[in-house]
Amino acid sequence: MSGVPSPAFRIGQPVRVRAADPPYHTRVPRYVRGHTGQVRAVQPVCELPDDVARRRSPVRRLPVYSVAFAASGLWDGTPSDTDHEVVCDLWECYLDAAGPGGATDQEERPR
Amino acid sequence: MSGEHTDLPVAARVRRLEARLVAAGLVTDEQLDAVLEQRLYRATPFNGARLVARAWTDPGFRALLLDDAGEALEQAGLGGLLAPDEHLRVVENTAGTHNVVVCTLCSCYPLLLLGPSPSWYRSDAYRARVVREPRAVLAEFGYRVPDEVAVRVWDATAEARYMVLPRRPAGTGHLDEEALRGLVTRSGLIGTAPV
Repeated sequence: MSGVPSPAFRIGQPVRVRAADPPYHTRVPRYVRGHTGQVRAVQPVCELPDDVARRRSPVRRLPVYSVAFAASGLWDGTPSDTDHEVVCDLWECYLDAAGPGGATDQEERPR
Repeated sequence: MSGEHTDLPVAARVRRLEARLVAAGLVTDEQLDAVLEQRLYRATPFNGARLVARAWTDPGFRALLLDDAGEALEQAGLGGLLAPDEHLRVVENTAGTHNVVVCTLCSCYPLLLLGPSPSWYRSDAYRARVVREPRAVLAEFGYRVPDEVAVRVWDATAEARYMVLPRRPAGTGHLDEEALRGLVTRSGLIGTAPV
């Protein structure tokens, strides 16, 4: 189908989650907003819940990415508490390309 | 509903809601029954355990399960039971990495393969803490992940539903596929236990 968008990001690419806090339903967890992660997997396109919740028509169908974040950039805590990785699934419009250096997530923490 | 708690207030509310939806012509009783049959009565962690035991004994199936879980479900006779945009992803525990699943936004979960979710999976405490301090949370479940094993937390924020493929326990080489199924627990499929 020609209407299916091809993915804008590739596996391994650093991406930054948009920090905006929209006044409508969205599926961006607050704890990753503004943070940079790395694309681990590209999933099939599916309906954007933000559009569904706002009764927009047509509802956009966009690629979804599994994006991995180093917990040490997301949370305060002892090194042994935050040596893990958190992977979130995020629709393409929630993300922007980040610098090739992958700016290691020293941005502002949410709250 | 399960038929076991029909006198609970929530059951009465559900019945009233069902009646309103049917009266409004939005659904039929037959459609509701079909959904319940498919998504609740057939949903059991035994389905997940079947997939795991087969993956432990059949390297080709294991590769397919990790690469294209939807196709693996078809092969295992469990196809066609996910919602339209939902798809299954299986993440494998290895000697170096332990996986654990959560949905911080609500309680998304591969119901068909794991059965109804445990109440703690839906609790604010689990959802908030497992992304912050998974080693501490897992330790409270009785599983102390070795320091040299990395922990990866999968937050099911879109339409993928995650299941963990645990490591086959040592000393089980003599067991056949059916016996191996009995070793797999729902907690192992979520990642709050080693198997």
